Amino acid sequence: MNELQELYREVILDHNRQPRNFGELENADRVVEGVNPLCGDRMKLYVNLDGERVSDIRFTGAGCAISVASSSLMTEKAKGNSVGELRSLFDRVHEMLTGDGTGGGPDLEEMDKLAALSGVRAYPTRVKCATLAWHALIGAISGSQDRISTE
Amino acid sequence: MSAIGSVAESARCAGIAARRADFPALQQQVHGKPLAYLDSAASAQRPQVVIDAMVAHERRNHANVHRGVHQLSQRSTDAYEGAREKVSRYINASGSDEIIFTRGTTESINLVASSFGRMRLGPGDEVLVTWMEHHSNIVPWQMICEQTGARLVAAPITDTGELDQEAFHRLLCDRTRIVAVVHVSNALGTINPVGEIIEAAHGVGAAVLLDGAQATPHMRIDVQALDCDFYAFSGHKAFGPTGTGVLYGKRALLDAMPPYQGGGEMIRTVTFEKTTYNTLPCKYEAGTQNITGAVGLGAAIDYLSGIDFAELARHEADLLEYATERLLQLPGIRLIGTAAAKAGVISFTLGDIHAHDLGTIVDMEGVAIRTGHHCAMPVMEHFGVPATARASFALYSDRSDVDQLVVGLNRAAELFL
Repeated sequence: MNELQELYREVILDHNRQPRNFGELENADRVVEGVNPLCGDRMKLYVNLDGERVSDIRFTGAGCAISVASSSLMTEKAKGNSVGELRSLFDRVHEMLTGDGTGGGPDLEEMDKLAALSGVRAYPTRVKCATLAWHALIGAISGSQDRISTE
Repeated sequence: MSAIGSVAESARCAGIAARRADFPALQQQVHGKPLAYLDSAASAQRPQVVIDAMVAHERRNHANVHRGVHQLSQRSTDAYEGAREKVSRYINASGSDEIIFTRGTTESINLVASSFGRMRLGPGDEVLVTWMEHHSNIVPWQMICEQTGARLVAAPITDTGELDQEAFHRLLCDRTRIVAVVHVSNALGTINPVGEIIEAAHGVGAAVLLDGAQATPHMRIDVQALDCDFYAFSGHKAFGPTGTGVLYGKRALLDAMPPYQGGGEMIRTVTFEKTTYNTLPCKYEAGTQNITGAVGLGAAIDYLSGIDFAELARHEADLLEYATERLLQLPGIRLIGTAAAKAGVISFTLGDIHAHDLGTIVDMEGVAIRTGHHCAMPVMEHFGVPATARASFALYSDRSDVDQLVVGLNRAAELFL
């Protein structure tokens, strides 16, 4: 696999071309806006909660392939999960995207499709593109009213 | 073509082509490919002579300026003031006291907005800019307008990325106190008709500041011929070091304006009751300045002085034409900024591929381009795009850089389109 295909894996290209859960969610319980001021990436995350569980989640916005695919993959993974599970998932994703691997890193097999995002680790300037959606998710399940910014 | 013509032709090309060897950073590989540096509008590379001048100063002559009586202080002062003299002669100021050293174009504009703006602006007054300004020629004016009650007015641009001159002349009126316009647009490459702008602005009694950050590496500037009131530019876009910049101002205005920052160097006498200020240019240079940077800037000015600008203009026009032609062959390409008078900048989008993906992909081909909003969000808004990719040229750029870019863009298209 060459370096570019390592970053832009088929899963990423597919989710960029056809983002899942794309669009507004009317009357959502939580709405959080995420921005990446350096790139101009911008996304809005809509979350419905059923008690502690994410019952529905959608997003809108515009950004690069990494940020759109990451948002799409995140919403796919988040739906049906509990707030606690998602916090723990955030930590593992964050470690996968930014860690130096010395802690062994997360089990990529367990990460399933999300492992496709691991290629960004070699591109420090692009890590924020991948983490934006995940920060927005944490903001939404924490009930934050603020705009989430990667800066 | 005659034999004589072709010899002359090749000699002419060799003149500029040979300049590439002056820049050590260009002699390297990135991701296993020769570096094609097409991001000079963000920051140009430095020739060896600039690096050498700074190293020599650091190794032997460094001391604070205007302060000591010792040998090194004298050498340092001579080097620092010598650099000012070089800048003054190069842009044809009427004297070196009209040259203020700053950290860059941004600080130069902030100085004028804060100092001249405070003196000149009041409620009901207007500052006229254009839609193609860099944020650094918008935000300082917004800030001073908020403080003084003046109003910021922006003249629109056309779909080719040129100033809408009719609208500009309509907006220019007896309320206009300051006209602040970019000489060459960083996002579009458009060269503005600054001569006409200055004449019209003076006609209504407004002062004119030109943002020359992108102009200085491409053309010879003559501030007296332009008759602008202020001219701001950066060292690092003109082959000098970062953290250096110049504000040229007409002496009468600089004399009348209040100081920008207070501190050492800018004073004549200080008591707790009253401080009197130093004369030009020190009045605007509070604190210890970037001395080594000024030495590097002086060396960059020497380097620019050796450039045949007519030849450079032909070289850059040829490159721009070649790049435009090659890019337009790519399916899905959209050029942003197609002004008739244009410097070595090509902003574009490719299909719906996001600029950052383009930037990463061409980087794998050793090609450095800028991607994003180029600190010119109103320009992006005008063209309805969140970001563009931008290839920009300097005197060391050549067709091989463009060819490499096209290879990279084709790879992006294969992957995404």
